[in-house]
Amino acid sequence: MPSLPDVMTPDAAQLAQAAGGEGRAPLETGSPEHDLFTGLTRLGDTTLILGHRVSEWCGLAPVLEEDIALANMALDLIGQTQLWLGLAGEVEGRGRDADALAFRRDGWEFHNLLLVERPNGDFGRTLMRQFLFDAYHLPLLKALEGSTNPRIAEIAAKAGKEVAYHVERSADLVIRLGDGTDESHARMQSSLDALWGYTGEAFIGDAVDARLGEAGVMPAPESLRSDWDRTVNAVLAEATLERPASDFAHKGGKQGRHSEHLGHLLTSMQWLQRSYPDATW
Amino acid sequence: MYAQMVKSEAANDDPALLAAFQARIDAGERIEPKDWMPDAYRKTLIRQIGQHAHSEIVGQLPEGNWITRAPTLERKAILLAKVQDEAGHGLYLYCAAETLGVTRDDLTEQLLSGRMKYSSIFNYPTLTWADIGAVGWLVDGAAIMNQVPLQRTSFGPYARAMVRICKEESFHQRQGYDLITKMAQGTAEQKAMAQDALNRFWYPSLMMFGPSDKDSVHSTQSMAWKIKINTNDELRQKFVDQTVPQAKYLGLTVPDENLKWNDDKDGWDFSEPDWNEFYDVLKGNGPCNTDRLSARQKAWSDGAWFRDGLMAHAKKAEARRVAAKVAAE
Ligand SMILES: [Fe+2]
Ligand SMILES: [Fe+2]
Ligand SMILES: [Fe+2]
Repeated sequence: MPSLPDVMTPDAAQLAQAAGGEGRAPLETGSPEHDLFTGLTRLGDTTLILGHRVSEWCGLAPVLEEDIALANMALDLIGQTQLWLGLAGEVEGRGRDADALAFRRDGWEFHNLLLVERPNGDFGRTLMRQFLFDAYHLPLLKALEGSTNPRIAEIAAKAGKEVAYHVERSADLVIRLGDGTDESHARMQSSLDALWGYTGEAFIGDAVDARLGEAGVMPAPESLRSDWDRTVNAVLAEATLERPASDFAHKGGKQGRHSEHLGHLLTSMQWLQRSYPDATW
Repeated sequence: MYAQMVKSEAANDDPALLAAFQARIDAGERIEPKDWMPDAYRKTLIRQIGQHAHSEIVGQLPEGNWITRAPTLERKAILLAKVQDEAGHGLYLYCAAETLGVTRDDLTEQLLSGRMKYSSIFNYPTLTWADIGAVGWLVDGAAIMNQVPLQRTSFGPYARAMVRICKEESFHQRQGYDLITKMAQGTAEQKAMAQDALNRFWYPSLMMFGPSDKDSVHSTQSMAWKIKINTNDELRQKFVDQTVPQAKYLGLTVPDENLKWNDDKDGWDFSEPDWNEFYDVLKGNGPCNTDRLSARQKAWSDGAWFRDGLMAHAKKAEARRVAAKVAAE
């Protein structure tokens, strides 16, 4: 009986590079440019996917003021995506702009945190996801303001102003709903419990993070944890919510290994670009 | 405006007060919330402003239908900004209505129970990306046509809301036209989508101005009160005259065989929309009536716990403040 061929799937990074194109050779894994590209897509993919999720609420929020606030927040996140992915495309130097990166990559090439691809659930789940992310996003951007890469510092400064407002808003709502009715309390607690396992990934570095941290381009993920803990503990206490004890963390999003949810999100997000590849919009 | 069938109430107030009120309006004065006004003026305005506000809110749905599928980040951002504006318009308008002595919750309840209407245009579906262009170009375009004169309406808060809203609506219209221009000048498929969008949105857009003047029974009193400034047919004509050259520029065909330039009136002759369809949609039989209303009902009932939670927190916080004050004394 003949032996079966090797069924190992090729490395995701190689597949991603093969999918690239346009003249210039793909960036070499482990090179500073490749690290920078990866770091930037982690930032841009995370804001893109969260912006998309938030925009799914359009016209369906519990009060008009929330419709306005959510649209505004999604708009900020999409704007940040344009900057991060735009810069990623420049760094890559293979002719891909922010739109090419957003609409023409497959799931394994996306480097967003798993937290932001979690489905919206009820409004409480959406708010809790937002708060848990915002409480990380703000210290991340503050640290990026000090990046040795001036382009990154500049984008972070602009985004930081927007996100300072996001966290103020989401923290306030978590507090009010946690300490509201029995029902609102229960919903916020169950949202917290359900999302908790997806928060740890943001603070776990890999080799790319280590090299970017070493070079002062992006902060080491571990260094952001204490700020996040402080904000989360203070807000949960005021909200009368109980911080889950588990410190288990789902991982993989930053490396391109996602939940099943991302594929469905990309299917609708990328549909027009994929169906009409020759069109300009 | 998105208020196409507002019944004006019969007036039965003191004739002397009525005459003085009418004289103020005729003199071009603005009526403010604290001023005396006929009951019928108040009721008609509540209905008209409420209907307009509801239209802004329901109008988020056909556009939201494409936010998650917008083809570029830029287009996604533009659409998000537009929908955010529309929700903001709803907010200003509810605030203007509240100065007349109704609450937003009241008005919402009337929308959800079907006792108040929203513009029938939003009972048509957005089926392709070109529809988002057509909505901006034609629907916001028709809205502007209606609303620009209302910046001079007699009721102060309404007129002021219109000033803010009109600025944003004209922005929406230009962006919609830009979108559909890209489609009309794009690939054969894009062009086909643009034409199809115009085919489907043309007559519903003409309906936005309300029934023909000869069938519009409620206009006279509203015009005397300057709640309505132009007749339905005047505005419809203006809209057609403005839009036909825009369609030509795009290389799109207006779906009307009778469309013909008329030198005598210095405007286009055109076919009336199918008014039976208009009344069907008003009665609830448009392609999306059920979906739109149930989406709003679901959003409202799913959000009840959220609104209750915020109220309960506000009460607790107030009780704690009082307790702390007592303890300190
Ligand atoms: Fe409007
Ligand atoms: Fe509007
Ligand atoms: Fe608009």
